[in-house]
Amino acid sequence: MAINYLQPDYEVVRNNDRCIRCRVCERQCANEVHFFDEKRNQMLADETKCVNCHRCVTLCPTRALKIVKTDHCFKPSANYTESIIKDIYAQADTGGVLLSSMGTPKEYPVYWDKMLINASQVTNPSIDPLREPMETRTYLGKKCEDVSYDKTGKLMIRHYPGLQLETPIMFSAMSYGSISKNAHECLARAAEELGIYYNTGEGGLNEDFYKYGKNTIVQVASGRFGVHERYLNAGAAIEIKIGQGAKPGIGGHLPGAKIGADVAKTRMIPEGSDAISPAPHHDIYSIEDLRQLVFSLKEATDYKKPVIVKIAAVHNIAAIASGIARSGADIIAIDGFRGGTGAAPTRIRDNVGIPIELALASVDERLREEGIRSNVSVVAGGSVRSSADVVKAIALGADAVYIATPALLALGCHLCRSCHTGKCNWGIATQKPELYKRLNPEIGYKRLVNLVTAWTHEIKEMMGGMGINSIEALRGNRLMLRGIGLTQKELDILGIKHAGE
Amino acid sequence: MKKVHVNEDKCLGCRLCEYWCAFSHSGEKYMPDAFNLQKPPVPRIVVEENDKITFAVACRHCDDAICVKSCISGALSKQADGTVLVDESKCVGCHTCVLVCPFGAIRMDEGKAVKKCDLCLKTGGVPSCVQHCPNRAIVYEER
Amino acid sequence: MKDIPEKYIEGNARIPSGCAISGFFSKKGNRVSGDKIVQSISYMHDRSNGLGGGFAGYGIYPEYKDQYALHVFYNDMRAREKTEQFLNEHFDIVNLSRIPTRKHKNIVNEPLIWRYFVSPLPTKLASSQLEEQEFVVKCVININIGIDGAYVFSSGKNMGVFKAVGYPEDVGEFYRLDEYKGHAWTAHGRYPTNTPGWWGGAHPFSLLDYTIVHNGEISSYDANRRYIESYGYKCTLLTDTEVITYIIDFLNRKKGLSLEDTARVIAPPFWQQIEALPDPERERLTDLRKAFSSLLITGPFSIILGFKDGIMALNDRLKLRSMVVAEKDDVLFVASEECAIKAICSNPDRIWSPGGGEPVFATLEK
Repeated sequence: MAINYLQPDYEVVRNNDRCIRCRVCERQCANEVHFFDEKRNQMLADETKCVNCHRCVTLCPTRALKIVKTDHCFKPSANYTESIIKDIYAQADTGGVLLSSMGTPKEYPVYWDKMLINASQVTNPSIDPLREPMETRTYLGKKCEDVSYDKTGKLMIRHYPGLQLETPIMFSAMSYGSISKNAHECLARAAEELGIYYNTGEGGLNEDFYKYGKNTIVQVASGRFGVHERYLNAGAAIEIKIGQGAKPGIGGHLPGAKIGADVAKTRMIPEGSDAISPAPHHDIYSIEDLRQLVFSLKEATDYKKPVIVKIAAVHNIAAIASGIARSGADIIAIDGFRGGTGAAPTRIRDNVGIPIELALASVDERLREEGIRSNVSVVAGGSVRSSADVVKAIALGADAVYIATPALLALGCHLCRSCHTGKCNWGIATQKPELYKRLNPEIGYKRLVNLVTAWTHEIKEMMGGMGINSIEALRGNRLMLRGIGLTQKELDILGIKHAGE
Repeated sequence: MKKVHVNEDKCLGCRLCEYWCAFSHSGEKYMPDAFNLQKPPVPRIVVEENDKITFAVACRHCDDAICVKSCISGALSKQADGTVLVDESKCVGCHTCVLVCPFGAIRMDEGKAVKKCDLCLKTGGVPSCVQHCPNRAIVYEER
Repeated sequence: MKDIPEKYIEGNARIPSGCAISGFFSKKGNRVSGDKIVQSISYMHDRSNGLGGGFAGYGIYPEYKDQYALHVFYNDMRAREKTEQFLNEHFDIVNLSRIPTRKHKNIVNEPLIWRYFVSPLPTKLASSQLEEQEFVVKCVININIGIDGAYVFSSGKNMGVFKAVGYPEDVGEFYRLDEYKGHAWTAHGRYPTNTPGWWGGAHPFSLLDYTIVHNGEISSYDANRRYIESYGYKCTLLTDTEVITYIIDFLNRKKGLSLEDTARVIAPPFWQQIEALPDPERERLTDLRKAFSSLLITGPFSIILGFKDGIMALNDRLKLRSMVVAEKDDVLFVASEECAIKAICSNPDRIWSPGGGEPVFATLEK
């Protein structure tokens, strides 16, 4: 056997005074880190397999476990860092493309954290959301602005298909296949209870979940997995996925190991075969092709469903969004480069695309400059981490946000970034029955409802502080934001002033 | 009456219920002491495992409890509230109840009285196994 | 004006202000002298701080009722020459004069104040391919943005705005309002929270026949501004009054929405209230809120909108600013405080405080 250059990243630290040898850690670790040694009568661990997902730590009844970052180190270098060295070793071992999951861990600027929110003092009253109505309902879709009155004086406004959200938050696309059926059930039930929407992702819609259709956005991606007429008509909206923030410019690859009988049936592909979605849609090589697909989908659904076009935030995002706004799409979803993924080539995840804050600001501004902002709604996603991020996104100009990583965290995800292995110990990013049964939908959906409810309360508190009692008065209200520690160029792109100005 | 029920499709086979049950009946305050300073106590709930199916088994508190009928010393009795309890001072360790219970819900405890689920009535509230099941596979409810 | 830094002047900074408003309207079209409105607003002296006062009178120029009456501030003669050159190129100027004023010890730093009665030149109008009112609006905006030191602050027909830096009662005397007669008057006393001194920044704000006097500070300002600017408006003053005027112009004049429905867009009922209504009212209000959601105004405001042949009084939907309405015979009175009404109408037939978001109208009887 060749030399193994890769040493474990973590150490499993067990307090043997506390350990009662119940072996829960052993039974719960799909990576087979823990094992019982009869000779010593104690639990041992193989740290090379540990992904630091905390399943064992969380379930240990005596809190005997912790996972620490190893202090084993390379000679320090600010240039050739440990992660770069390890990546090189791994590639020299395998000759392969490095894969990663979830959002980039690199230290790029998080603009959400460089913006501060306003509040009323003296000249205008803040509003107490516990005493006054505070409205977060949002309508997505094209807005009709041509009004007229008929002979009887009745107001005539054309209705375009759209979505009604009770709070401006939706669960973004995560396919059945990349995440488990139980995870989908959690999202679907939570969306229904919250009056919002979840998104099927590109893997089709399991028969059991058609009943949640009125809170479902069905996605059509380049692989067209599981797309058929009934599917298109099952949801409340159709999303064309052009790109994903974590991996702009490339498709997806769900390994055959994750394609069990049910996933295969839902995706309409043979069991065990790799599900590879092409990098582009092969019927969209240009903006006019997109228009054709938008209208094909509208034809297929009798012009009753709004069509969302989801794009990754890339350098020319404003112009691209402007093109989409004129393509017949009703909603544009922009996914920033810090967004998550079930699996992406590491180099692409960590180096391609731009932050959602800048993309959103420039898209909103461009659409307004061109007088076509009312043609489309704008949904921002790709690292919206808290209610404050939601408020900032809406103040920058978003109609609503897409969240996925926070939803997974609510379901138990510990961001170990190992989704691509298919051995998710929390039952989320796995298709193994013994693993996904760990995610009880009854518990999971309630946690999602709690999360979004809590965020909505916080959004209302912040709105009230600003003296705003309706979310539409916050949308694009950039005076409510101030930058902190930003350059003039960054402030200009965000369209905000600096704190103190 | 409210009883401990197990949903096998939710049971992960982690066996935490066994350990919490044993600990909560051990009289110890610190969990490691219940297992590390003495012979580990016997749990009153047991996870049965067969291939991929796992589920925890505990006393059903049967309406017509055969264990009560078989008890030669009168240690097992049906209470007014429907629970089947063992009076440890009366148990003579004949293990007839262990043999007759169709669920295997009564456990032998070497040299001591048999152990069975008492719904944690002494500690009050929700049984320990229910409280600590990580997947809400074990529930305490009327059915 | 010279004493304060340029950066704090309207247009360069957003200036919150508290205010007093007052107005009345004779439905029979009886014209009364402007000193009555001056008297009314003077009773709310403490609601302004001497940094802005102004009036709008309707029906004051019957002899020129078919011409647009442009009231213009000039910083200097050069600005005037350039503006008059522009006006000559685009309009037939029927009459021009300085607006008569009377020296007042509290009104200082006055600019040159001129008035023009104009009609668009038919050739220019035709080649612009614009509708007449739109042509006038474009010309006004061109002067205000393009000619340094010139500012058109009134541009309607048979109506005019008079405003200055000072307490409103002093401003009224300065402009000799007792010499004008109108069937409707509105007034404004300003209490800005910093120290601007620009006359154009005083209220009413006006565009064509629309005038707005407003008390409040709207929290939706930038959402409203960015929306309306994408339809060709340019908010140069950064004041609430300016953006509210543009919103009303956009909805009422450009989109053809009735003023009742315009009020429903600006201060809509809450969703909860809308849902409790029967159709078709429920559907109508839902459609309006959905269609123009970015024009919803939040935060405190009370406004009196003057328009051709009518006025509308409106409060924000939570009624965060005081506003009282009264009726006496054919006259509707509106004011921030009851005292301002009682000052000029001691015994009204009816006096009440309209609910938040409930518009009150008065229009000329045909």
